[in-house]
Amino acid sequence: MQVNEFKPKIVAFCCNWCSYAGADLAGNNRLNYPDNVKIIRVPCSCRVNPMFILRAFQRGADGVILCGCHPGDCHYTSGNYYTRRRMALLFSMLEYLGIEKERTRVEWVSAAEGAKFSATMNEFCEQVAALGENKRLEDLRCKQ
Amino acid sequence: MQTVTRNQLVEKAKELLNNGTVTRVLGIKKGEFSYDLTPAVFTSAEELEKEFEFNGFAAANFSKYLVKLADGEGKILVFLKPCDSYSFNQLLTEHRFNRENVYAVGIECDGFADYKKIEEEFNDGIKSVEFNGEKIEVTTLYDGKKELAFADYMLERCKNCKTKKIAAFDELLTENSDETKNTRFEEVEKLEAMTPDERYAFWRNELSRCIRCNACRDVCPACTCEKCVFNNPDSGVENKAIQNSFEENMFHIIRAFHVAGRCTDCGECSRVCPQHIPLHLLNRKFIKDINSFYGEYQAGAEVGNRAPLVNYTKEDIEPKDAVGRGSEE
Repeated sequence: MQVNEFKPKIVAFCCNWCSYAGADLAGNNRLNYPDNVKIIRVPCSCRVNPMFILRAFQRGADGVILCGCHPGDCHYTSGNYYTRRRMALLFSMLEYLGIEKERTRVEWVSAAEGAKFSATMNEFCEQVAALGENKRLEDLRCKQ
Repeated sequence: MQTVTRNQLVEKAKELLNNGTVTRVLGIKKGEFSYDLTPAVFTSAEELEKEFEFNGFAAANFSKYLVKLADGEGKILVFLKPCDSYSFNQLLTEHRFNRENVYAVGIECDGFADYKKIEEEFNDGIKSVEFNGEKIEVTTLYDGKKELAFADYMLERCKNCKTKKIAAFDELLTENSDETKNTRFEEVEKLEAMTPDERYAFWRNELSRCIRCNACRDVCPACTCEKCVFNNPDSGVENKAIQNSFEENMFHIIRAFHVAGRCTDCGECSRVCPQHIPLHLLNRKFIKDINSFYGEYQAGAEVGNRAPLVNYTKEDIEPKDAVGRGSEE
């Protein structure tokens, strides 16, 4: 048994209407997803300011995933379309600054996709675990 | 060297003041040396005659000043270079000042000199810098008089000048031209071709010099929020003394992000940076991405254009396909 296996901290922003319900469904269906995924519920994926993503990294996240309704299914008609543009630009910029692009992701998960939620989280966790600790966007003052 | 001369501008300003078209003139005031110019407001012909200056260092973008100044009594005269005119349109699009209160005169631009580059050339003690045709004559305390070629000491933004077209004006003082150049993304492409580790090292080297003076934000014609996210005294990271590498990165990412899609690429941020950080590389990355993901877009080309980040189409590129696309091409 490995004792000191690295467990990445993952922050998942989930929209209230689709992805959060999707996570609920995953739970109801007894589908596993890693316990190091911390879900933050937001009213809409579009609520997520680029600052939130950076703050999550600052406070010790090793990976940040943003889940929202599928394009076209937004509860507020168009929120996730804006998210898509914003995050495409933000993640592209992070990559440009040399931050590993595997640490960030946007995934569309509907309320009926409990299985997709669980699979996505498992896969993302493995992906981030392979990268190791987040060193490039860390804030030493926030380390414990 | 500028084709437009100081006297031409002073004459025009005096004429408009005298016939009552404008009550104030936004221009540039002489400093102690030819390179320390300050934007200023003139209200009389005598003041103009005495203090107005326009030379190869008069690179300031006037548009942002209009946000405050256009509210005064009567019209204000502003001279718009091509760069300024794009910012002018962008500010109008965002309803930041009243067009009725401004009289804009378009002036041709041939690029401006970068004092920081000239300064680096000499040890110290620059006494005067004069412009003479294609040459810059520098007199220094220790090296005597030296001549430099103007073209070698231009601002980065002028070397890769995107366009010489004046996008907004009431009157043109000189000819308008359609000359455009498409070299401004070359440096961004170079960076994209590096490995993430090299890029990280490059940016750490650049951004760690930041002293958080906020000059880039204050000068930016796109940054006109009354209340800025970076002005929060409770954040604990308002100044350099309490910053670390994360805050440096974050400030620059967020600053560039907040103007993404609205940045006209006027290059003021890099010009004013006292630490010589190539801030335009961040802005241009966003512009380049926007152009390649959502179609060519020039902020401020016309009044009323919808910026890319407040717009969408159903077929937009997915973030996972967008990231790193530049480096693979």
